[in-house]
Amino acid sequence: MIEVKNISKSFGSLQVLEDVSLDVHRGEKLAIIGRSGSGKSVLMKHLVGLLKPDDGHVYVDGEDLCCISYEELRALRKRFGVLFQGGALFDSMSSFENIAFPLRYFSSITDAEINERVQECLDLVRLSDVGPKRPSELSGGMRKRVALARSISMEPKYILYDEPTSGLDPETSNTINDLINHLADELNVTSVLVTHDMHSVLDVADRVAFLHGQDLEWVGPVQELHTCANQHLNSFVKASEYTIGSPSPAQSS
Amino acid sequence: MCITRRAEWNTHVGRQLSRPVTGLAHQTAAFALLDSLLSPLRALGRYAILMGRAFASIDEFRMYWKNLFIQMVRIGIDSIPIVALAAAFSGAVLTVQTAYQLETPFIPESIIGSIVAPSIMLELGVVVAGFILSGRVGARIAAELGTMRVSEQIDALEVMGLNSVGFLVLPRVLAGIVMFPILYVVSCTVGIGTGVFTGHIGGFLSATEFLDGARQFFQLLDPLIGFVKSVAFGFIVTSIACYKGYYTGGGAVGVGDSTTQAAVLSCVFILVADLLVAMALL
Repeated sequence: MIEVKNISKSFGSLQVLEDVSLDVHRGEKLAIIGRSGSGKSVLMKHLVGLLKPDDGHVYVDGEDLCCISYEELRALRKRFGVLFQGGALFDSMSSFENIAFPLRYFSSITDAEINERVQECLDLVRLSDVGPKRPSELSGGMRKRVALARSISMEPKYILYDEPTSGLDPETSNTINDLINHLADELNVTSVLVTHDMHSVLDVADRVAFLHGQDLEWVGPVQELHTCANQHLNSFVKASEYTIGSPSPAQSS
Repeated sequence: MCITRRAEWNTHVGRQLSRPVTGLAHQTAAFALLDSLLSPLRALGRYAILMGRAFASIDEFRMYWKNLFIQMVRIGIDSIPIVALAAAFSGAVLTVQTAYQLETPFIPESIIGSIVAPSIMLELGVVVAGFILSGRVGARIAAELGTMRVSEQIDALEVMGLNSVGFLVLPRVLAGIVMFPILYVVSCTVGIGTGVFTGHIGGFLSATEFLDGARQFFQLLDPLIGFVKSVAFGFIVTSIACYKGYYTGGGAVGVGDSTTQAAVLSCVFILVADLLVAMALL
């Protein structure tokens, strides 16, 4: 379980998060939504200790990320897989080497077992034959899927997805959403999804957290998105619905 | 389910803060001035911390040793042609110009060798190599790490549980320290070799005269000082480049800025270190 307790974060004079608290329960799929620049990715980076809050605490399985040593943090990070916005694949390596990278450094398995595990991960993301290709030879969607394969290669307990469908066509976005669901069910991982793509939210999330103006303004089940009283969230959802072309609750009633 | 609502309060405070208060404006200007004055010290602190973290991770170096050999090839072996080219022209020009300045019947021609060889060993060989490498190696490292930073590859390394400083910075700095002296030897050998060749071809002095002159005034301290300088320059170029690349901010512009700053700062600190080593050892 991940617990975020009253964290605040600013960069220079720019306050990004203020007194934000959030719990991520075991096995759930939580979507953090909000407008661009609302601090979604900043909040996500706090969950894995890439950023330290100015105030407040982040607990992962009871361990306070703000109080542990760098060595302990590194050990704890092995429980996470992160899909970065651009994939963050190492461009000097092939897709195969990218996926094998954490296995080579942090597991004691043989080369044959590494090969087997990499192929298994590639099969899971339905890209069985791209192993020899470099990231520059892959499309945006394929790059994200290879990055996803890399993030699951160490069998993490938590997977964080930073804008997994941004910049992708609707069909590829659906493929990514299916994959997230498939991995959550297959591997029984806890998933945190940072996005402003309402398609992804509706397809994937169990719960939704809405960030607006440095605050976490709303947290609740995805089914309550259309019935909540938060004006900013309603406006965000409505704008997204216009984008995706489905009628808003007001229109349907 | 609403958690908190501070928007109205923030707006209220924002309005209050945005009022034109002269005292507050002066205070802000003073803070800005102080901040700009402290900025180099802050940068120095961050640089020292980065180097401290890099060398503190040496105990897990067995995980990253392959990286050291890759960097030794990229920084050292791949730089041999350009260093040799620069050294060749420097040696040739120095010989021609020294011969021109000493064109008098009262000074024996072998003096040209006595001037050119120590100049190359003491100064020219190592400084020219340092400048060339601050462009070739420094810019490359800064651009590589900067791109890794802005494309979140460094974050990806950290999230995997890897010590990104130990993995990226330490092998590059160690490779610089190990390979720059080798490049210095290449630079001196080629520089003196082309000096001998140019003196002979240009009809200024024979190869024997050149080498006799070089031997006559040879001191072991000359190559020793050059060696110390090369180690210092290797550290300066690679560590500054790693610092600039590792802490790159922004996108393509940030990478461009880091690359330029790495090359320029390396050149400046090479000159400073050159003077300090000379003053300390001569």
